[in-house]
Amino acid sequence: MSELLAIHELRAGYGEAVVIPKMSLSLGEGQVLALLGRNGTGKTTLINSIVGVTRRFGGTIKLGIDDITSLRADQRARAGIGWVPQERNIFRSLTVEENMTAVALPGPWTVQKVYEMFPRLEERKSNFGNQLSGGEQQMLAVGRALVLNPKVLLLDEPTEGLAPIIVEELLAAIGKISRMSGICSIIVEQNARKILGLADRVVILERGTIVHDAASAALKADPAVLDHFLGVAGAAGHTQHRPAGSPGASTH
Amino acid sequence: MSADSTTHPEVGTVPMAGAQWRWPEVAFWLCAAGCILLFPNRYLILTEIAWLALFALSLDLILGYAGIVSLGHAAFFGVGGYCAGLLALHGIVKEPVLALLVAGGAAMLLGFVTSFLVIRGVDLTRLMVTLGIALLLRELANKFSNITGGSDGLQGIEMQPILGMFAFDIFGKTGFIYCLIVLFVMFLLARRIVNSPFGLSLRAIRNNPLRASAIGIPVNRRLIAVYTLAAFYAGVAGALSTQTTALASLDGFAFDRSADLLLVLIIGGTGYLYGGLIGAVAFKLMQEFFSTITPQFWQFWIGAVLVIIVLIGRERLHRWAMLVPRMISAKFARSAAP
Repeated sequence: MSELLAIHELRAGYGEAVVIPKMSLSLGEGQVLALLGRNGTGKTTLINSIVGVTRRFGGTIKLGIDDITSLRADQRARAGIGWVPQERNIFRSLTVEENMTAVALPGPWTVQKVYEMFPRLEERKSNFGNQLSGGEQQMLAVGRALVLNPKVLLLDEPTEGLAPIIVEELLAAIGKISRMSGICSIIVEQNARKILGLADRVVILERGTIVHDAASAALKADPAVLDHFLGVAGAAGHTQHRPAGSPGASTH
Repeated sequence: MSADSTTHPEVGTVPMAGAQWRWPEVAFWLCAAGCILLFPNRYLILTEIAWLALFALSLDLILGYAGIVSLGHAAFFGVGGYCAGLLALHGIVKEPVLALLVAGGAAMLLGFVTSFLVIRGVDLTRLMVTLGIALLLRELANKFSNITGGSDGLQGIEMQPILGMFAFDIFGKTGFIYCLIVLFVMFLLARRIVNSPFGLSLRAIRNNPLRASAIGIPVNRRLIAVYTLAAFYAGVAGALSTQTTALASLDGFAFDRSADLLLVLIIGGTGYLYGGLIGAVAFKLMQEFFSTITPQFWQFWIGAVLVIIVLIGRERLHRWAMLVPRMISAKFARSAAP
């Protein structure tokens, strides 16, 4: 599997604060990576750094053979970084169709193809961004990232606040997208249980550093690892409270 | 690497579907054309309304679609006006349509150069920068009175017949038809632009520039492009004013002109192209009406109208205005039903 995204010794944060002290990570074509960790461990900062909306103190980011480190956010998006932000960032005064048309670039993913993936969006294509449910907004955010025809898709907590049935639909669609078009994805998720079935690989962050990097199957087979880092036995689907004083026992 | 070029050819057709002509638009333009026959004694004010509408359309492109506020849009109007005047006065370009394009081009060049200053800041900075540019140009025009005529302005401007065929007449009929056609053509162009993916991206930028940038819209480049385009529109409006009044003066750069333009858009509304057109009609008619009944205090009454619009809200006024047409159409619908 050829390397599509390569982050080398990235040091990034906001203002003067360094959130990611030093991180290296690479991702192959078609790979789905789940980024796990508690609140405030640097997951969103890592995503934002790849997108180009944080302050970089050092390190490089390569997309294929191209070094995108010095590119602006819009240039990175056009180079192949598709972003589905946590807040969805739907343009309220544009319709569903206009939200996608405003950013679409040539490539296999067209507005029509997004409608085939998410038929609900086609039904709502004339609705404005602020007239959509949370699930529809999330579908639109994914669709809008897809019509950029990205090489890498970054999804920041895509299932947050959605009904279980919508979560299922959305995750199935994300899996289909990766299988169909070879786009590699990084999915930030708080709930490990939801994402293990979809991801090929899981990376766990703590204080802006990778503390665990393994195949998703290995993690599924060993819920104790998840329990150790996140306080959640993800594969088993239940929460275990860690004994006081043990690592990771303080928050969830 | 960065595919900075175009949007997908297929998606270019998508927004066009939403830009189909509706009957109120057709009625609007038929009414505008009907004025040629209906008001033969009012060509002068109709001409003024036409170039003011074009000028307001120009501001709407940057304010209503891209969210750029400006208090110095008159800079481009003035440059366009003086350019058309100087070209005609020195016999360089006396054909009006060609002069219009050259004047628009000059304003466009100024717009492009100054756009780099405008995109640097946000609202308050933009207000000050645009105001500053207009004041600067006004003083320059005043200083170089040997070229611009100073406070007397450029006088004795004579234009050749339009396209060598239609001479300007003393009643202003040719001038009005000419302005109306230019306005219509420029409107069509603006309509095409705002409904294109480029126009949609401007609205996305207006929603939130940071978000827009992060999902692949080159914000600064788009703002420069629309600001330059709007400068062209304003330059053409200025040139139309010069050509139809045979005068270019320092008033073209005046703060009052930029402020009036904002009033026009407040009256008509922003972000749907017709706001500038409707606002120009309403503003000029109010100006005419109030200055007739109270020549000294007409600005007081215009101010009062603005306060009422803000207090009541344009949407509510629009609902009231549409009450009778809706009742009529409902009645027809009922009588047509079996």
